[in-house]
Amino acid sequence: MTPVPVLSIITWAPFGGALLIMFTARHRPLAVRLIAAVSTGISTACSLWIFFTYDRDAAGFQFYEKLSLVPPLGIAYELGVDGMSLLMVLLTSVIILAGVFASWTLTVRSQEFYALLLALVTGVYGVFVSLDLFILFLFYELAVLPMYLLIGIWGSTAEVRPRGIFAWAYRATGVGTKEYAAMKLTLYLLFGSAFILVGIFALYVNGGNASFSFLEAEAAGFDPIVQRWVFLAFYVGFGILAGIWPLHTWSPDGHASAPTAVSMLHAGVLMKLGAYGVVRLGIGLLPDGAIEWAFLVGTIACINIVYGALAAMAQTDLKYVIAYSSVSHMGFVMLGAATLTEPGLDGSVFQMFAHGIMTGLFFALVGLVYEKAHSREIFRMGGFGRTMPGIATAFTIAGLSSLGLPATAGFVGEFLTFLGAWRSAHPWWLVPAVAGTLLTAVYILRVTRQIFWGPESREFHRLSDASGPEWVALAILSFVLVVFGMLPAVAVGPVDTAVVPLLLRLIR
Amino acid sequence: MTLALTALALPFLAFVLQALVPPLRRSGRGAAAVSIVCVGGSLAAAARLWLAPLGAPLVRRWEWIPADGGPLVTVGIYLDPTAQAMLVLVTLVAFLVQLYSLSYLREEPAPALGRYYTYQSLFAFSMLGLVLAPNFVEMFIFWELVGLCSYLLIGFWYERPAAARAAVKAFWTTRLGDVGFVIGIVLLWRATGTFDFEALFGLAEAGRLPAGLALTMFLIYLGAVGKSAQFPLHVWLPDAMEGPTPVSALIHAATMVAAGVFMVTRAFPLFAVVPEVLTIMAWVGAFTALLAATMACVENDIKRVLAYSTVSQLGYMMAAAGAAAPSAAFFHLLTHGVFKALLFLAAGAAIHAVGSSDIRQMGRLFGALPQTGIVFLIGTLALSGVWPFAGFFSKEAVLSAVWDGHLVGPFLMLALTALLTAAYMFRVVFVAFFGADRAGGHPHDAPPLMAIPLWVLGFLTVAIGVRVAVAGGETHHPRGWLTALSLGLAGAGIAVAFVTYQWRVISPAALARALRPFDWMARRRYGIDGAYAGIYRGIILGFAWLIGWIDRYVVDGLLNALSAGTLSAGDLLRRIQNGRAQDYVYGVACGLLALLVASQIWR
Repeated sequence: MTPVPVLSIITWAPFGGALLIMFTARHRPLAVRLIAAVSTGISTACSLWIFFTYDRDAAGFQFYEKLSLVPPLGIAYELGVDGMSLLMVLLTSVIILAGVFASWTLTVRSQEFYALLLALVTGVYGVFVSLDLFILFLFYELAVLPMYLLIGIWGSTAEVRPRGIFAWAYRATGVGTKEYAAMKLTLYLLFGSAFILVGIFALYVNGGNASFSFLEAEAAGFDPIVQRWVFLAFYVGFGILAGIWPLHTWSPDGHASAPTAVSMLHAGVLMKLGAYGVVRLGIGLLPDGAIEWAFLVGTIACINIVYGALAAMAQTDLKYVIAYSSVSHMGFVMLGAATLTEPGLDGSVFQMFAHGIMTGLFFALVGLVYEKAHSREIFRMGGFGRTMPGIATAFTIAGLSSLGLPATAGFVGEFLTFLGAWRSAHPWWLVPAVAGTLLTAVYILRVTRQIFWGPESREFHRLSDASGPEWVALAILSFVLVVFGMLPAVAVGPVDTAVVPLLLRLIR
Repeated sequence: MTLALTALALPFLAFVLQALVPPLRRSGRGAAAVSIVCVGGSLAAAARLWLAPLGAPLVRRWEWIPADGGPLVTVGIYLDPTAQAMLVLVTLVAFLVQLYSLSYLREEPAPALGRYYTYQSLFAFSMLGLVLAPNFVEMFIFWELVGLCSYLLIGFWYERPAAARAAVKAFWTTRLGDVGFVIGIVLLWRATGTFDFEALFGLAEAGRLPAGLALTMFLIYLGAVGKSAQFPLHVWLPDAMEGPTPVSALIHAATMVAAGVFMVTRAFPLFAVVPEVLTIMAWVGAFTALLAATMACVENDIKRVLAYSTVSQLGYMMAAAGAAAPSAAFFHLLTHGVFKALLFLAAGAAIHAVGSSDIRQMGRLFGALPQTGIVFLIGTLALSGVWPFAGFFSKEAVLSAVWDGHLVGPFLMLALTALLTAAYMFRVVFVAFFGADRAGGHPHDAPPLMAIPLWVLGFLTVAIGVRVAVAGGETHHPRGWLTALSLGLAGAGIAVAFVTYQWRVISPAALARALRPFDWMARRRYGIDGAYAGIYRGIILGFAWLIGWIDRYVVDGLLNALSAGTLSAGDLLRRIQNGRAQDYVYGVACGLLALLVASQIWR
């Protein structure tokens, strides 16, 4: 028991900020931003503090808080972090802090925008720190729902031509508009959360001690039949959010339509909620189910990796490229988890972190490029390196991390996943995974060359580099990417303390 | 140990300073000064280290990736005589190249110059890290960083489309080999439980390496195929000429391409247990040597000729390694590093003076640029394998090793390559430095800052050769007929070049006609580059387009169809609620009737 409820502070500080913004900062855009920066800054400071004071030798769940809410039903406000959630909390903090700065120049209804963004982040933190399944689900919904408004109001529209045998449906649904993207994302994720809810109730009923507590469920152990079906429910439910093939199509549309900070948060953190859910609830509570379905999970992950990379290569809209690269990289995350080995799971969690930071950086950069050039069409751009060297450098760093270059965080996650894949029950997973990194190199360098290298495109005038608060976002994210790539032990250390007990339950 | 760490840390320090202090980087010359001082310090440390004799390899490790029960991956330093020699070569070439660049790139704007030196520092650091790596993972890390730096430096003039293309091509091609490398590392780890060289060598020595490593080592060898530009992944190296000339000198002599050969030499105890892979390595190496030499014969760009000669010489090194003589390979790597840097820097001086890299636009440069001419000639003699220059001994060592390995095919290919090498190098010398035609303008010798590195390297090329000639190297076991053969081949090659391009008894056109099929194919680079371009455009991009289309219009289409179906179903149901009470009553009656009937049927 810590005297200060630090996890509650982390979780609720952004929500407090949101309330403050709604009630006090009307028509004062600077105040809105300052409140947002301060409240997320508090969360970030606290998450850094818990990250570095977490006792790695003791491991397990620390900074524990518990407050009974509905004793008859066994619902409690129960928080705690282990090495895995610790890293995810840090990731959330870094991304939201950068996101606040990245949307500094937003002009339309910034008060509501920031309030919703902060409310959403409270949901994200909540999922990572909750140890009560019911509360976890509530936070999960809180994290998913504001997205609808954020994309529907502040989003942008892309052009999609109706083609193929389903062309008629495209006209009816309005594919490409921001309203379409918002609706698609929300419906998809709610569809997923229905599975999660069913899974949670199934565990509640079968657990036998009338409690939603994660720790009690972990100790309970479930019947293999229950495990089989509940794991599948969790895999589908959380997997949708993690972008598993073929249930991933909400993500490119959603990410491409969303405003910068929302794309950053969504691809950077929300997709990790899905992967985290699969690892924590799926593998953590249902080890037999995990072993049973590992082949499916890993194989679909391999499809994700290769398919996502190829689809990214085919895109002409910059934001879609990054969105599909997320689909591809989430494949690495799921593959690492499916290997059910120590390096694989370490790699999976590390990759969640690395991908979160890198994709956050990518979306911040795409937002900047769009803001300067008013275009996202890759093949219209060219030679931007001369006018925006800073953005070009940051884009290259993100790209290198994306293609798994050593000394960036991307390499560590992927390499650990490779090790895990070859040690798993299905070693051939290694081949598509490594091929994926090659394909990533192809599309990332191709895009980089097209946009930043070569002679300057004549279509654009008076382009400028990033400036002021925009730099803060780029600097934070690039820095984290490189530091964690060079000193992976900082992150792998605590993660490993969480992964090892998890694996011990598997082989029990 | 401290010295090795110093040598490694100084370029890193320079890089960090330049990367994190924008004013320093933008000052251009300030950044250059930091780079040069740091790499000079490295050179001093490396030289000091080299002079100190070393018993057993020095090893130091730190945890890099932790795991339950001991670190999974470590980083550290592994220092043995090979690494010592390589350290000197790398720091020396890097130092001279950086010095030379200061003059060569003096017309670049200051920020660009700063960027150049930032990359250079990172490059030196990466290569030193690779040389000192104590395990496969660390080697792979620096291996990739070296690739990154090559990419950045080849694309230094990123506004030129050709440079941008070449940079990306270099990265992709080497990355293709790295796919094999990384899979190989993972397989090796699974088979032996370690990445560490010392542990692996221990296993190899004790004969306790698990069986069936052939595939693993072949995959690791693929990494070297990409990096050291072996057939069929040699295509990136000639294009890499789009970078500034000093960069080419660095890439070709001491860094990028040397990495592959160095890796094979370093991991040789592991390769030694898989003779199949060694045989492949020897054949591929010899074939690469010959193939590249033929392409060099028809090339008119001086830098490209040198590039093909590098590919060709790398083939020699790999063939020697394949013949189980890593020391011969390493010896050739060292001597080649010195004289290839010399040739590139001298070529850079010539290009600088003439303003073109096409040898047909040069001519009689020897008169105008005597210093450059002399050092270029020294380099050419060394490359052609003329006694007593450095190249003669290392090339003879390679040939001798291949002969001892009973690899007759590769030996013949390498012998033919030796002849071609002398021919195409002297073709350049005769056309560019002695030829009759004279380019316009008044070319003049390089400024001192460029000339000093040339003379240093020229001196070393001669000195190494003379030292071996006088003292006899450990790898040099003279064998009468072989010495005669290699000198004869070099002489024949020079003679062919002389009669064709200087004396002009035979016209080059007639020679080309006589060897038309070869000429035709070599000019088209045997269609290999075209094949890659075709695979990339046709297959990879085509397949990507297909996947993109399927995703958008089939996978997502199904979803949209479902959604549109739901909408129209809702629309249909809406029509039932039309607000007329009669219709509702009618509906209720129908429903009741249906229920009654149903209850009668399923009683």
